[in-house]
Amino acid sequence: MNYTVDPGLYALGAPDKQSPVLVTANFKLSFDRLRSAFGGRNAWILVLDTKGINVWCAAGKGTFGTDELTGRLKASGLEKIVSHRHLILPQLSAPGVAAHAVKRACGFSVAYGPIRAGDLSEFMDRGMKATPEMRTKRFPLAERAVLVPMEFIPALKWMAVLLPLFLVLGGVGFSGTFRGDITTHGIQAAFMLTGGLLAGAVLTPLLLPWLPGRAFAAKGAVAGLITGCIVIFLSGGAPDTAAIQAESSGMLLISVALAAYLAMNFTGASDYTSLSGVRREMQWAAPLLIAGATLGLILWTAARFL
Amino acid sequence: MANTLTYLKNVTTLALDADLCVGCGMCTVVCPRAVLSLKNGKVEIVERDACMECGACAQNCPTRALKVDAGVGCAAAVINTALGRSGDECCCVVDANGKTGPVCGPGCC
Ligand code: SF4
Ligand code: SF4
Repeated sequence: MNYTVDPGLYALGAPDKQSPVLVTANFKLSFDRLRSAFGGRNAWILVLDTKGINVWCAAGKGTFGTDELTGRLKASGLEKIVSHRHLILPQLSAPGVAAHAVKRACGFSVAYGPIRAGDLSEFMDRGMKATPEMRTKRFPLAERAVLVPMEFIPALKWMAVLLPLFLVLGGVGFSGTFRGDITTHGIQAAFMLTGGLLAGAVLTPLLLPWLPGRAFAAKGAVAGLITGCIVIFLSGGAPDTAAIQAESSGMLLISVALAAYLAMNFTGASDYTSLSGVRREMQWAAPLLIAGATLGLILWTAARFL
Repeated sequence: MANTLTYLKNVTTLALDADLCVGCGMCTVVCPRAVLSLKNGKVEIVERDACMECGACAQNCPTRALKVDAGVGCAAAVINTALGRSGDECCCVVDANGKTGPVCGPGCC
């Protein structure tokens, strides 16, 4: 699969000296979105070399930056192609580009367009003015849903190890036969882990605004607690003996820790987390998760001797 | 703030030196989180906890009135840094064998 577009100047429709100049990344999706959003109009599109990476990420890394823009602009000979001196950049490229520095370096003034390419036509029609709505990045359900497989599929790799492991360990040391225990204790453990996976990688992204707490680990832990309690309920309701209590609460702790960990991973894909925030969250959450999982493992093991 | 999620309180490194601000409004244009607002010719931080430290405002302020430690809020990147792996290689890693695609680690854009 080729995700890149060759950097350089492209013509959309039949642009002339007056036509607007739009700047984008050489990630194919960014380029295609821009083209379809601007379809039917004439424009120049200056594609920067961002190594095939989208606008937002490339700007964060600095590859969609002032130097690349001014260099690419000069190389394209745009100064002779258009009579005006204005560029339209995606707003999300602003972390990498300093508009005043571009102006100083090549005389072109930078206007930041809307966040979503889909708003571009309306932005032009309004005389290059964006509404606050167009300028604010949101993180709606549809966007979060798209990210679920990106959380879920990498996690499966770990689950492929964890599930058989707990299944077999469930057969060891409990009162019944190895086979019999696998189908009871082992299966319960596997279901608890699956619950944790679903809670952290699927429920947390989908239910993000409604799960309590601001920290992702907290949201994931709540989701894990819910799925864990459901599994315990389905596997026979409230535990009555000390052994079953230790077994269930042990697995519950492990699956809550798993869910919280997976939820914390979702900070990377979420469009509103800050680096300082993630650092702060991990400072207290990481030790807590490790402690919880360890305690869970101890309880689950101890259940065999009660 | 309706419709937008906010992350942890009181963590952003965003700092404004109001004396340097000339009220050009550029930072209010580029901020994707509506953190800043112009009032009486000066900018004010109105939604501090919404800041995601993207750095767009500081980058585009002509007078350096705004400062922020920009970075990607990503747990995987923080873990990688802590383990001494190559820094912020969380988002959009460029494939080593030259294939440049949106190659992402778990949980990245
Ligand atoms: S960009 Fe800088 S000078 Fe302009 S309004 Fe913002 S803080 Fe003030
Ligand atoms: S760092 Fe980004 S989110 Fe924070 S105030 Fe500046 S532009 Fe807005």
